[in-house]
Formats: sequence, structure tokens, C-alpha cells
Amino acid sequence: MSVLPGTLTSRDDVFAVLDTVKDPEVPVISVVELGIVRDASVTDGHVHVVITPTYSGCPAMREIEDDVRAALLAAGAREVTVQLVFAPAWTTDWIGPDAREKLRAYGIAPPGRAESGGLITLTRRRAPVACPWCGSTDTRLQSEFGSTACKAIHTCNACRQPFDEFKAI
Amino acid sequence: MARADHDDGHEDSAANVTSEPLNVAPFNVAGVRAPVITNPLAEYLLRLGDDRLVLGHRLSEWCGHGPILEEDIAVANFALDLIGQATMLLGLAGELEGKGRDADALAFFRDAVHFRNALLVELPRGDFGFTMVRQFLFDAFSVVQLDALASCGHAELAAIAAKALKEAKYHLRHSSEWVVRLGDGTAESHRRVQESLDALWRYTGELFERDAVDAAVAEQGVVFDHDAAKARWEAIVHDVLARATLEVKPVKLMASGGRRGRHTEHLGHLLSVMQSVARAHPGATW
Repeated sequence: MSVLPGTLTSRDDVFAVLDTVKDPEVPVISVVELGIVRDASVTDGHVHVVITPTYSGCPAMREIEDDVRAALLAAGAREVTVQLVFAPAWTTDWIGPDAREKLRAYGIAPPGRAESGGLITLTRRRAPVACPWCGSTDTRLQSEFGSTACKAIHTCNACRQPFDEFKAI
Repeated sequence: MARADHDDGHEDSAANVTSEPLNVAPFNVAGVRAPVITNPLAEYLLRLGDDRLVLGHRLSEWCGHGPILEEDIAVANFALDLIGQATMLLGLAGELEGKGRDADALAFFRDAVHFRNALLVELPRGDFGFTMVRQFLFDAFSVVQLDALASCGHAELAAIAAKALKEAKYHLRHSSEWVVRLGDGTAESHRRVQESLDALWRYTGELFERDAVDAAVAEQGVVFDHDAAKARWEAIVHDVLARATLEVKPVKLMASGGRRGRHTEHLGHLLSVMQSVARAHPGATW
């Protein structure tokens, strides 16, 4: 912990603690890096955290909420309330450059830019997704849906490795 | 955890249905004590939430039975998204209703006559082609509906719609690709999805019906332009169907009733499975 027990006094302190809480399904980036912690405040030892879900049905949200609570209590919070908000809707564009590099090093291709505007993107040609292992862009989409709601599965034609892509949304 | 609405389901409706004429006036469900809509917005949210809950459950039936592993996972992902959206929408419906019912109470302790989903989503899943044609017809509707509601005057609903829209868009892309692949595929796949489309088309009219609930929520800022939405939906649907070499055969009469609680027999069977655990162990947590 970067914060000693009992010293949680500011929003920054809370974010520092939460930066140690990993996404249970992508355990190399924190819930702060993922962009789901939207705000925090501390009043007299009472910590209020605002989070937003990634996908509507993400089964990890409950666990994330429990982990957030446990980490803050361990860091000296007297009481923790976690508020869930839906607006603005979460986007992978909130994942910063450092976190993207951590994803890539872990073997998950980081998300591209999320599409905005246009309603329908049928039969689109997607920009090739670079293989996180060898860097080749000679890859093919295996399945739009992967091991978790947030990932797609690709295969690299160059190094023959399958890999996950963090979907842009 | 006995609930008041637990007792006014099948027996009541079976007993009353023969003694009263079919009342087709909006909101009067034949055989159920005259439902008075005191909270149109809560009613409207039930319609939105029930569409997604029931379709999500139908899709979940494919889990472990998909034709290929990737599609098994894809369909389960769709189901997860839809049930997640339903949780948000029904949660808000319960709050607005103000009777202390949360999303779980609404999902698991209402009987078929109290569900407000369109008939389209409750039909049995059929083969994979039928599932994908139905999904495509619904996804196209969902995208235009959520896109409109994302800028509506009710902040909480707008937030949910904006979030769900992102998911509906990639659902539509995926189901569209399957409709094209199967329609413009082999003679056998073409025949099957054309038959599916023929069977499903009569259930699409209900998606664009409007009634006093729509008028009432519009006054509260939840404006949904049915004509504009239908035009957008038709543009998407006809574009994809043309690419899929599929043909829409006009039907004389569109099916209707789900928004007023008049469902096909299939919904009761679906609920008997979906609600069985929650009703056998009410209040259970794990």
C-alpha cells in the first residue's frame, strides 16, 4: 500500500489505494487504470467511491466492488460506500498509455479507438490488430467474443499464436 | 417471502378469462383485474427491461449447445449483456414503481400476465438460423430505440440507454453478419433462414406500436418517435436482407399483445424454468 493506515484524507489518497486493486479478470491493470473509478471523496474517515461498470452484464463488477471496499478498509477507511453510476458510459478510450503497454506485455492486444458517431458499421474493414507477442499485423479475427465480455480472440499468422484483444468500446 | 403479485397469476386469469369478453382496450388485460397504469414511466421501463430479460434468457438456452465453440461463447456474451441491461432497466422500474421491488423481484416473482415484453423475444429459440434472424430483427430495433432514448429527457434512462447502445451496436453487427452468411450461404441455410424470416416477420409490427403509455412518458420527456424509428429500422433491415438474398413476404396481420400482458404460451414455459430456483429458494444468497 502506498498509503499508511489511517491516513486516507483526500481523493488522491483514495485513488492511490485503488490503484493497487487489480481487475480480477485482467490482473495486470488496476481498476483506476481501467477507468472505472470515476470519483472519490473522504469525509471524516468515510470514503465515498463512484464507479461505473464496464459492460452491463460484467460478472466481475460485484467482485470489483468488494475488492474496492476491502482495500479501502485495510487502508484505514472507517466506512466505505460505493456508488454505481452509468453516465458517462465507460469507454476503453479511458485506458491510458501505461496501462495499454501493461496489457500488451501480458499478451492482450490493447484496444484501438472506440467508434463514435455512426450508428451502423456493418461488414466494416477493421484496422489490423497487432500481435502482442511478435508485433506482426498479419493477424486474423478468430472470434468477436472471448473468455470475458471485454475480449475478442485473434490468431497471429506470423508467429501462429492465438491472442486476446481488449475490444474497443 | 410471499409476494402479493405472486398470487394473482395463472389461476385467476384462467378463471376469469371465460367470463369476460376480450377487452382490447389498451392496458386492459383480459382475465386480470383491471390494471390501472398509475405510473406510466415504470410501465415503460418494464417493457424495455422485459424485452431484454426474456431474450437474454432465450439466448442463454444455447449455452453449451452452440453449433461451434465461438458461437456458443458469442451467444452467451449476448445473453450476459442483455440480462445486464435488463437488470439496470428493471432496477429503475422498481425504484420508480416505489413498491420496494428490485430487479430480482421483478424478474423472478412476476407471472406471465405481468410481463411486458414483445412477443418476438419469447418465441422458442428454434435452430441457430432462427435464433440469429430473430436476434437481428431485435438488434436493429434495439439500436434505433436506444439511440433515441440516449438523448431523452429522463437522465437515468438516458444513461442506461447510452451504455446499452454500445453493446447493441456490436450485437447488430454480429447478427447481421450471420444473417448474410446464412442467407447467402448454401441452399439449405438459405431455406432455413428464409423460413425463419417468414415465421418471425409478423412479430415485428408490435415493436413499433404506440399507446397511452408512450404518450404519457413523452410528456415526461421520454420521447420516442415511432415513425422515424421504424423508418431507420426498415432501412437497416432491408439493406441486410437484400445482401442476404432474403425476401420479406408481407403478412396480413401483425401479432400483438405482449405490451399488455397477453403472451403466447411459450412465455409461461420460459418463466417456469427461469424462475424456478428463485421461487424454490426465495431470498437465497450466495
